[in-house]
Order: sequence, then structure tokens, then C-alpha cells
Amino acid sequence: MDSVWTKTLNQVKTWARINSPWAIHFNSGSCNGCDIEILATLTPRYDVERFGIKLQGSPRHADVLICTGPVTRQAKNRLLRIYEQMPDPKFVIAVGSCGLSGGAFQGCYNITGNINEVIPVDVYVPGCPPRPEAIIYGVAQLLAKLQAPAPAVKEG
Amino acid sequence: MEAQTTTGKFVVPIGPQHPALKEPGHFEFTVDGEIVTGASVRLGFVHRGIEKGAEARNWVQNMYMVERVCGICSHVHATAYALGVEQLAGVTAPPRAQAIRELVAELERVHSHMLWLGVAAHEGGFDTLFMYSWRDRETVMDLLEAICGNRVHYSVNLLGGVKYDIDDKLADQLRKGVDFLEGRCEHYMKVVTTDETFVGRTKNVGKMSKEEAYELGSVGPTARASGVDRDIRIDAPYVSYEQFPVKLITDDAGDLQARFVVRIKELYESFRLIREILDHMPEGELTVKVPRRIPAGEAISRVEAPRGELLYFLKSNGTDIPDRVKIRTPSLCNWSSVVNYAVGHKLADMPMLLAGIDPCFSCNDRSVTIHRGGNVQNDWSWEQLRQYGIAYYR
Repeated sequence: MDSVWTKTLNQVKTWARINSPWAIHFNSGSCNGCDIEILATLTPRYDVERFGIKLQGSPRHADVLICTGPVTRQAKNRLLRIYEQMPDPKFVIAVGSCGLSGGAFQGCYNITGNINEVIPVDVYVPGCPPRPEAIIYGVAQLLAKLQAPAPAVKEG
Repeated sequence: MEAQTTTGKFVVPIGPQHPALKEPGHFEFTVDGEIVTGASVRLGFVHRGIEKGAEARNWVQNMYMVERVCGICSHVHATAYALGVEQLAGVTAPPRAQAIRELVAELERVHSHMLWLGVAAHEGGFDTLFMYSWRDRETVMDLLEAICGNRVHYSVNLLGGVKYDIDDKLADQLRKGVDFLEGRCEHYMKVVTTDETFVGRTKNVGKMSKEEAYELGSVGPTARASGVDRDIRIDAPYVSYEQFPVKLITDDAGDLQARFVVRIKELYESFRLIREILDHMPEGELTVKVPRRIPAGEAISRVEAPRGELLYFLKSNGTDIPDRVKIRTPSLCNWSSVVNYAVGHKLADMPMLLAGIDPCFSCNDRSVTIHRGGNVQNDWSWEQLRQYGIAYYR
């Protein structure tokens, strides 16, 4: 049974985590389309920094891995290595149709197919490429998921 | 990522995941103190096998895949492909379609150059310019979205024409957007040529002479910044570049600043061209019929992408599936020039020098050359190659 102390500590941890998730971005073989849209979310019109989200250079400082692309065989090991370097707890957002299912590249010989086959994914953002609003919504879904043990999306 | 000392040299490996560029690429810089004495690049992290994949899809399906070779210059890929297929099928798209293709190509150039301006400024530690140029870039993204409904993959081209028409209301919106951007570009030009910190980081950095640019086979704005007059829009006009000609922009300085200046001047040229096309848009149909089975033959089509010359080689065997699609992209041609002019500069200049050619890794990774020293066999039989492939991916 959790003591009051651990319970409070966990509450504080969740609170802190939700208020400023630091993200890292990795392109595992996408066409750049998703990457420029992720970059666009950081720039003045969309500006995700107002939610406390910050793009971080090193995986060791990141909570959220924003991953794009169908995972080429060359990038697979790198993706795994980056995921393993991230401190726990870590979350993965897969952005773009090709990261979800292979998309337009389905059947090409050099791709694994989707990100889910390599690392566990928490939130999927579909679209080829998804609009910046959709990417922000995906991140917001992740934050909602962290906050409540119940399903993040309300029905209806 | 680890640094190692071998034979007295200090090698700094960077990538494939790194904070500077958003795409995976691995670089190794040999340094002597702060000064770079050797540079090498390893590509192939984004190799997806598109050329082979194209042989498993029909001509129409391939249109959507080649658009996704690169997300920044998707329209030029589709244009080059469509022009090649039309050449094979012996049809020509109507004049209005050609003009719309050129219009979207120029809008794409504006979006690509503004994106690059921001990223290159960011590499130089000038984040204010990055934020400004990306804020203004949203204007051109809105225009592209107004034309075709998507921000990145426009999907404007069809085999034999285009999908979307430009009406008067849209033309007015385009004119307004272009006017705004032109005003902003004057500001950028001022920053790039007069801002002391910025000039300090770009002037006389990464110099490449005209002869070197020829020798290393540079293309696009990188070559034009060294005074090489090479532009497919002028050398071999395609779509409607004969009707709406573009003025060649070159600079003799050949340094990093010249690459900024050339690209911003190209923006002005694009704005002028967009206005001219809108004012003299030819009337008529948007598409012609293209047969499902393309007659057997070979075709080469060249277009000027924002980064330089893009070449498509198409081979048909008379069915509805291509026999071979070969893509030669501009970024790959420019790598040798970076590796060459990086030597002798400080390590801190590397991100900006790399960004100077506007690298696009997803365009790059078309092919993989395997070269493992020692007994190198250059001619492989099909069976040997197949066995190698099986062993490699086991």
C-alpha cells in the first residue's frame, strides 16, 4: 500500500511532468514533410513553448520522443539506442502516416513498416503530413493521458 | 557518440541524431585544435528504396510516391516525373496547366528558401531571424494551402495536367501574400548584408571558386553563388518557363554570404514571376488524357528544384508499370563541395557551412555504394548481388 508520502511525491512528479515536457525529435526515414511541420509548431504562429514544451537536443534530457518516418533499416538501431538513452518514464509520439503504417512507402524493401514495431508508441498522429495543430493536439492528448488513469479521449 | 584518438588525430563524430539538423546524417570531422583538417559524411539513414518500390506500382500510383521523396520540394519531383511520363506517352499538358505548374513551383521555391533562411540562421545562433522568417513563411504556406488544400504535399500535378485551377479570388489572395513577403524580404536582405554579427560569420567563410564549383559538380544556388551560370529554367526551359522567363542570378563572391544573397535575390525573382503568371494566365483546359499503358521507351526530364538540378530517368516497357525510375537529386551533387570547403575552418563554423548548401537528406539517400577497401570487385553478377543483399539484411 502506498504511503501518504509516496502518493504526494507521485502527484508532484505528475504535476511537474505535465507542466513542462521536454521533447526530442528523431527522423527515422521520413520525407521531411513531418519534420518541417514539427519545426513549424515551435515557431511564432503555433508556438508550443507556451505549453512548456521544449525541443531538446539530447535524448538524456528528454521525456517525449517525437518520431517520424517508416523506420528504415539503417535508422532502426539508432532509434532503439535513442529510446534506450532516454530516462524513465518516457513517452513516444509517432507523427505521420508512414510512421503509423508505412504510408506511401508501404512495400519498399528498406523499411521496417512502422514505429510501433521497434519501440512502444503512446500517441499516434495521422496525416501526410499532419498539420501543426494536429501535432499539438497529439501532445495535448499525451499530457491528458498522463494526468488521468482513465482513457484520454472522451466519447462523443 | 564518442570521440577517439587514432594515429594522433582527433575525430569528432556527429550524428545521426543531432541537435543542429533535423534529419539523420553522420559526419566525421578530423580536427587539429579548433581547425577542421578533414571531413567526411555518411548518408543512407533515410534510404527507403523508392526507386525499387516504383517498379511495383503503376504510373499513376508512382506520382504520389515520388512526391514523398522529399517533403520540402515535393512539387518539383512530381513535375519532373509527370513531364517524363508525358514525354513517353507523347502528350503535352495544356498551357494553363503548365502555367499553374510553374506558379506552384515558384511558390514552393519561396517556401523552401524562406525555410532554409531560418534554418541557416538558426545554425549560426541567430534565432531571431529563424523565428521571423518562419513566421513570414506561414504566409506562403497559407497560399499553397489555399491553392491545393494541403500545406506540404501539394499534389497539384496529374499525368497530363494539374488538379487545381486558380480563380480571380485566389489570384488576389496570392498577389496580396506576395506583396507582403516582398516587403519582408527587403528586411532580410538588409540583415544578411549589413548586420555586423551575421556578416562576421558569413563573409569569406566557406569560399569556393568558380573553377572548384565546376570541378565538384555543384548545382543550384550553391553553384550560382560561385558565379557558375547554371539554371535548368534557363538552360532547358520546361513547363512554361519559355513564356515566363526567369532572370539568372549569380554572385561572384563564392562565400557563405553570397549563398544567402543569391537565395534572397531568387525570392524577388520568384515574386516577379508569380505576379507575371497571374496577370497573363493562359486560358483553356487543365488536363489532357494520358493512356494507362505508357508506350515503351526511355525519357529524361530535368527541372530546377529549389536546391538545384533534379533529373528523372524513366524507362517503360509498354505496360502500366515502369521498368525503371532513376532519380538524381541536387543535394547529393553538392555534398562534395561541402566536404571540400569545410577544411581549414573552425569546428564552430561547420553547422552553418553544412546548412549553406541547403542539404536535404531525404533527397540524398537514393543509392548506397558499398566500398570496403582491399579486394574491391566492381562488377557483380545479378546472382552475387542478390546473395549479398540476402546476407546483408539477414
